[in-house]
Amino acid sequence: MNNRADPVPIGGSWPPPVLDPAGPFSEPVTTLAWALLIGGAVVLLVVLAALGIALFGSARLKARLGGEKAIWIGGFAFPAVVLTGLLIWGLMLTSSLSATRIAGDEMRVRIVGEMWWWRVHYLDGDGREMLRDANELHIPVGRPVLLELDAADVIHSFWVPRLGGKMDMIPGRTNRLLIQADRPGVYKGQCAEYCGGPHALMGFVVIAHAPEDFARWQASRTPAAAAGGRGLDLFLSSGCAACHTIRGTPANGLAGPDLTHVGSRHTLGAGILPNNPGTMAGWIADSQAIKPGNRMPAYRQFDGAELRAIGDYLAALK
Amino acid sequence: MIGAMIIGTMTMLPACHPATIEPGEADSAAVARGRAAAERLGCGACHAMPGIDWPKGTVGPPLAGFGDRALIAGRFRNDAAVLAGFVRDAPALVPGTAMPPVAMTDDEARDIAAWLQSLRE
Repeated sequence: MNNRADPVPIGGSWPPPVLDPAGPFSEPVTTLAWALLIGGAVVLLVVLAALGIALFGSARLKARLGGEKAIWIGGFAFPAVVLTGLLIWGLMLTSSLSATRIAGDEMRVRIVGEMWWWRVHYLDGDGREMLRDANELHIPVGRPVLLELDAADVIHSFWVPRLGGKMDMIPGRTNRLLIQADRPGVYKGQCAEYCGGPHALMGFVVIAHAPEDFARWQASRTPAAAAGGRGLDLFLSSGCAACHTIRGTPANGLAGPDLTHVGSRHTLGAGILPNNPGTMAGWIADSQAIKPGNRMPAYRQFDGAELRAIGDYLAALK
Repeated sequence: MIGAMIIGTMTMLPACHPATIEPGEADSAAVARGRAAAERLGCGACHAMPGIDWPKGTVGPPLAGFGDRALIAGRFRNDAAVLAGFVRDAPALVPGTAMPPVAMTDDEARDIAAWLQSLRE
């Protein structure tokens, strides 16, 4: 009973920390955010000082503050110069984020926002799909990743604060965003555009691997013929396959996340629950209690042994 | 099985069922660690847990007042060693239960049992 593997922690805290960059595409965001915050605070202090003079100042100070010169300088020249400069500097600082100029050797991934999860398509250099997954993105450290972002239903927004900027996902349009991690780790993300119902429970996870670990992960993506048995039989006979694909089995539904490697995911329910046999059982039997309004019905028809058989089968899909 | 029983006898476990885990010090630190472990493992996917707003699963019973219950799963004395074994590997005690074995260390199982037994209505 003591030889169980240690549980894998999901890692990363919730909500994902902002202003804590872990790569070159989130650093400019952090720099700009601090500049705006500190600059805004300075302007606020100046305005409060002017208000103080207007209310409590001497007659001489009041006259100077209300003079034509003060209006021209403080009310026109200062904001025009500061705001124009800020606009130009901000655009220069963040121009790299939206991938208007790309080198061509980036790793390419297409991510499609759905209510309320994410389709993940790994692409080769020519844009052909190599691998399909959901709710989780594996990347090598130190290499830029070009995300091609789209949405299937309503507007979502892709945001992994420590790795890059925030980019809307708009149905019928492909927006591009560059992300990069400089250190191996788990980086959490969150849909950042209200998309209805369980929007707040639409999370995402990026796992950044050292190059050799990434190669190992890629090699492990060929689905092994998992021992099906009773779990697969129940999966196929209970309607799960109408929405979910498990490659190498007759399950080929497309409405929900691809489950070919669900056992190796860090999370369930789109970045919200740790992935272990217990959360798997809870999600299958009543995902509506966990993520109200999500499109998977509660499967309350299973008895305990059946629920465990399906859960064990899915957990073995590494 | 025989080996486990021998070890169980040698270490004077309170019960000699191999699925039990000898309890540790059930102090407030253990209770706090147990609550954190239960939250981290996602026990809330099936069980509403007092003091944790989300998730509040409905598949299994809510855990509020667990320390007042006489029995675990309606079958076993609410004993720290049995409870620690049960939270880690429920099917070993209750074949046919939907509650699956969940990977955790002995310490985590002890701490979760300490936390559960500290829950009073």
